[in-house]
Order: sequence, then C-alpha cells, then structure tokens
Amino acid sequence: MNVYRKYLISALAAFVGLAVVAMPGSAAAAAKSYGSTLTSPTTPALVTGANGFIKRWLVLDPVPARGLTRDLVQAMAKKQYFPDQYTIIPKNGEQETVDGKTLTWRAVDTKLYNVDLRHYGQAFHQPWTNVLFWAVTIVNSPREMQNVRLAIGSNAASVWWLNGQEVIGIYGDRQTVIDDGVSERVTLKKGSNVVRTMVVNAGGATDFCARFLDVNNKPIKGLTVTLREPHQ
Amino acid sequence: MKYVLLTLFLTLTSAAFALNGAIGIHDPSTVVQDHGKYYVYGTGGGSLVSDDGWTWRAGVRPALTGAAPDVIHIGDRYYMYVAVGLGGETKAGVAMAWNKTLDPKSPDYKWVKGAMVASSNGVEDSNAIDPGAFLDPTTGRMWLVYGSYVGYIRLVELNPKTGEDLNPKEKPIDLAINCEASDMIYHDGWYYLLATHGSCCRGADSGYNIRVGRSRKVTGPYIDAEGVDMIQGGGTQLIGSGGRLIGPGHFGLINLGNGVEKFSMHWEADLDKGGSSVLGIRPLLWRNGWPVAGEVLTGGTFEIHSVHTGTSLDMAVEGVPVGGPRRFGFGGPRPPAGSRGGRGARPSPGARPAPGARPGPPRGPGGFGGGMFGGTGHPIPDQTAADVSKNWPAGTVNAGMSNYLCQAQQKWQITPVPDAGGYIGGPYFKITIAGTDRALAATADAELAVVPAFTGAPEQLWRLDQLADGSWRIMPKAVPNWKEPVALSAVGASFATLSKFDPKSDMQHWLLKTP
Repeated sequence: MNVYRKYLISALAAFVGLAVVAMPGSAAAAAKSYGSTLTSPTTPALVTGANGFIKRWLVLDPVPARGLTRDLVQAMAKKQYFPDQYTIIPKNGEQETVDGKTLTWRAVDTKLYNVDLRHYGQAFHQPWTNVLFWAVTIVNSPREMQNVRLAIGSNAASVWWLNGQEVIGIYGDRQTVIDDGVSERVTLKKGSNVVRTMVVNAGGATDFCARFLDVNNKPIKGLTVTLREPHQ
Repeated sequence: MKYVLLTLFLTLTSAAFALNGAIGIHDPSTVVQDHGKYYVYGTGGGSLVSDDGWTWRAGVRPALTGAAPDVIHIGDRYYMYVAVGLGGETKAGVAMAWNKTLDPKSPDYKWVKGAMVASSNGVEDSNAIDPGAFLDPTTGRMWLVYGSYVGYIRLVELNPKTGEDLNPKEKPIDLAINCEASDMIYHDGWYYLLATHGSCCRGADSGYNIRVGRSRKVTGPYIDAEGVDMIQGGGTQLIGSGGRLIGPGHFGLINLGNGVEKFSMHWEADLDKGGSSVLGIRPLLWRNGWPVAGEVLTGGTFEIHSVHTGTSLDMAVEGVPVGGPRRFGFGGPRPPAGSRGGRGARPSPGARPAPGARPGPPRGPGGFGGGMFGGTGHPIPDQTAADVSKNWPAGTVNAGMSNYLCQAQQKWQITPVPDAGGYIGGPYFKITIAGTDRALAATADAELAVVPAFTGAPEQLWRLDQLADGSWRIMPKAVPNWKEPVALSAVGASFATLSKFDPKSDMQHWLLKTP
C-alpha cells in the first residue's frame, strides 16, 4: 500500500478508536496458531505444492530500519546486525542481540502463499512499521536443478540470498506481488539449499512470498522445506 | 492475444523506411527462402537476393520471364508462375516453370518449364496476368488466382505435385473485380483474398493500394469488412501510400513461424530513391480477424513496456523522482525518511520551472490549495540522464524492470545501426539509455546487462519484429555461447531476461511507448 495512504488509513483508524491487538489464537491439536495465517511447525518438513510456494520459515524479530530506496536497502543488506547473519541456520527460539536488544528466531508455517509479517508482529508483540525482518529456510532438492529461478514478492523492499549469494533485490514502497522479483538463472543443488531474505517495511502491511520456477518459468513443486540442514 | 493494442501503437513509427541495398523491382513475387537466402522475382526477369532479408542485391535472371511472377515452395520444388503475352491486349496466359533450388550456384539449379496453367483469349472478361499461388494449409490443395482490371480475378486449382492445372476443362471461378495483382492467404478459419486496387505504373502518381476480403471457403465469396463482395468491387484497405512511399501493390505473405508474419510488396515510387519502384516488407498484424499492415521501426526514444507485467525495462540504478523528491507541499513537512524518495525534500534540477514555462495556477482557496497534492505550481520538465546520472555506477549495471515513472533510466533510445546487417524487413538496432551510450546487452548466460558503451558487438544488436497484436518481439542478434534464439522476456514484474520465444505467452510482448 502506498505509504501516504497507509498513514491516512492509520490516522483514520486511530480516530475512530480502532486498535490493533495481538491475537495469539487458540491452540490447535498440536500447532500453535499465530494469528489467522501463521502456525508453529509440527512436522519435520513441508513439501512445496502445485504453486511452489515456500511456506516454512525461521523469522527473526524485527530490527528498526528506515528507508526503502535501492541505496538505503542495499546499505542495510550490507550492515552487520548479528554474527554470521549471511550463513546462520538458527534453531527455533535461538536469540540474537542487535543494538542491545534481544531478538528471537521463531519458526512459522503459513497457511497462505505468503508469510504475513504483520501477523507475526501481532502474535509476538513486535513492531512491523519502520523495521526489517530477517528470515531463512532450507529448500531440499531431490536432484541438481540447473537454470531455475528464485521468484519472490515482498511488501516492501527486500534482498534475497541463495546459498550465500545475493540473487534478488527489489526496492521502494511496494506490495507483495507473486514473482515480482526473479533471480537470474541459478542452480538448486541436490540436497539442502539455503534461502535467506531481509524484508524492509516502512508502514502498514508487510509480508513476503517465495518459490522456485523451473526452466519454463513454471513453479517447482515437490521440494522439501525444512528448518534444519541434515547434519544439524 | 490482445488485439486492442493495435490502435495504440501503430502510430509510433514512421511509414517511410525502405529496405537496404539494391531494391529496385516491380510486380514482385512472394519472397521465398532457400538455404538461408531470400529471393524475389519481378517483371521482366528482374530478381533480388538477400542473405538476411534486409540488405538486397541483384539476383540472377530466371529462365522463365514475363510479367509479375509469383513463386511458391512446395515439397522439393519452387514453382514460378509468370504472365506472358499471347498477342493481344488481354490475350495472355500464365506460364509455369519449376526448380529444385533458387541458388544459381547449386548443381541442382535448373528451370523446368511446364504447361500453361491459365489463359485469356482477349475477348472474355479476363486478363490472365498477375498470378498468385496459394497452398491451403488445411487441405493441402493448391490454387492460383490471377487477373487484372479487364474482367475478373479468377481462381483455378493446381496439382501440388506438378504445379499444373488440376482441372483444365473446368471453368475458372470468378472471385473479384476492379483489381489485379491478387494473392491468397489462410488465417484462423478464413481465406483472405488480397488484391491491388488503383492505378499502377505511374510513378508517384500511382494510386495502387492493397485491399482484402475474406471467405470461409477458398472459392468465395470474398466479403470485405464493410460487407461488400469483392466481386462487386469491395475490398478493405490493408495498406496504401504513406510517408514518402507511394503505391503499394502485389502482396506476398512471409510466414516466419511462431505467429510472426510479414508481407512483401512493391512501392510504385520511393521518393527517396528518385521515384523508382522498390521492394517493401512490412509486419502483418491482425485485428478482429482482419489483416493490418504494421510498421518498420525507424527508431526513437521509448518506454519499453511489458504486456505481461505492466512494468517497464530499466537500468537498475537508484531512481530519482521526476521534479525531485516529493514535498508534502510548500512549507509543508518533509516526508518521513524511508518513504517515497526516502531522502527528504532534497531539491533537484528538475524541481525548477522549465525555461520559458508558464507558471501554474495560483495556489489559494479551493482545490487542493497546495499541500501534499498541490504540486509545484509550474510544469516539471522531463528528466534527462544528464540530470540524474552523476550517481549512476560507471561500469556495467543490471537491467531490471519497474513501474514506469518517467525517469531517465527508464527511457531507451532505439537507433538503427548502419552496416550492422539486419533481418527480414528490418535493420539491427542499438538500445541505449536516452542521452547516454549505455547499451542494453545480452550476457553470456542469456541474461541482460547495461554496458557502459555501445561497441557494436552482436550481443548489443537487437532485432525488433512487430507481432500480430502490434506489440514487439525484441531479440539480440547473438548471445555468447548460446545457440538457441532468445527474446527479451518479462518473467517477473521487476525482472527481465532472455528466453526462447513462446508465441502462446505474452511474456515476450513489448510495447514501445513514447515517453
């Protein structure tokens, strides 16, 4: 949503007495619900479906950040926020200290195609305005796949890494559009591949989605998504 | 396909853009290919040959000569049909010869003359000249249309195995009147009869223009877009004179496959070539089931807009809003850092009134009265590369895509490159950021980059073919280490790449919009 319109709507909401309240949700049989779209993982792995979306992520509590332009977001992507930020595969519940504040990695599954970070903020009592989120997941490929592409969408700007290499950056005040940002041709290794992102938001809604496209630009289904590498 | 695009984008290019080289010819045949070369034959034994379809040279006179030949390739034979006089004003006939190759250097090059396939006796309502051969792709049956202004355009069926009249004793079928230089094509369930109206052979005073009617049956009736039967003089215009080119006639289809079609013709007079008759080639587009003549791109400055994503090709640099980063209004607060523009209300050259510009309406009560929607109060000049390029990286930059915001890194200068060769009907172009020499290039892994300067390398030369819906296919001349032809492709809203052309997708359909 356009930033200015977000402000107008936020102001209107405040005026009429609306309040955004975290909704922890009622406990399901085994999974915890984090708002209406996120749950705690209860299985060792998820498999990408017909649309190919990656629905399991470890998300770090947000870090304050301002700016959505290419230069500012690229500067954020190069800033060291916590140790091993480009390589770490954290465990659910592990913590980082950023600017003296303790932040937690939280494992989430999404019921939708996208990961709604506003719902994340509501569920875990975290801000989602003027912040950036780090998220990471592991995509396991049954075989080497050449000339595939990582395809993402985000609200708002985001930078993406595959196996430690930056492959996508999209900038500015934007909404999550499926396949908005697409990488150049990349290779999915047989076995685990680490997908990492930094999503930056200014105001209002914030979310992201990701999937891989095959050589014909069709979604790749049947990839196994986990939060741990085999040796972990 | 989105045929509605046609009306938007046919006016972007000039009509005056002739082919290259020696292109003098009159009453040309359909352009045909043999072993990578293009051949076309004209009245009086004239012929042209081209290695790429853009630059032409004089060819070898065929064994069978006469008026207004047509050539068609069926199986392992090239059939040539030529009008020959039989001793009277309208006493004429259509002779046939065939050859296994059109390459005179080939050991197989030998014209074999066949029987006459049509004739007129000088009395009947027919003048058996101007043949046009047609192979029905749905039935495999072969047909010949012929005729001129005396009497009717007539149809006879030929034997595709011999090229000769299949039913010599049957009476030809009358299809049209008041026209000549006819030909047939098939498209999406319809047969189209293309014929030339107006006067020929009068140089710049020639009223020649190509018209069309269509029928569900090859035998007619052929009705034009207004519902008039061509046998009563009907015919919807496909192309007439335009620019500095006068008198198009003698349509011939060039089917490039994948839904990409062009057509050949002659111009009775090219004013840039002293009014001589020359070969012309244009894209063949389709709108609501009717053929439309496309244009040969002459170049210019464009937004290159994806039909698929609605976003536009750009050089992936930090964009500067036109007129400078947004203010909330005169005297208003700066936008918060991180919002659109992100750096506060920094003035820029574009924020000044344009030289000589009239001031905008005064601010005051009513309307927005200034504020965040009030604008600057004066016209904002176009953003040029000179305004904003000082912060652009000096080296190679990625190409990307974004919502079009009239910014300098989104405006592309498309310029024909002299002596770089071409393709059927067009020259190769360079595509540079307007006002700079930064050139769009294909990379060795079939991705895109914007290199600091145009060098003329094949990966920096681009072929632009207008597609049936009026949009454009944009292909590099070559990609290093990449054998398969590829086209500019919008995979995502923010990303373009190069990939094999898929006629069923609009990922490779681009609009050239005037910024």
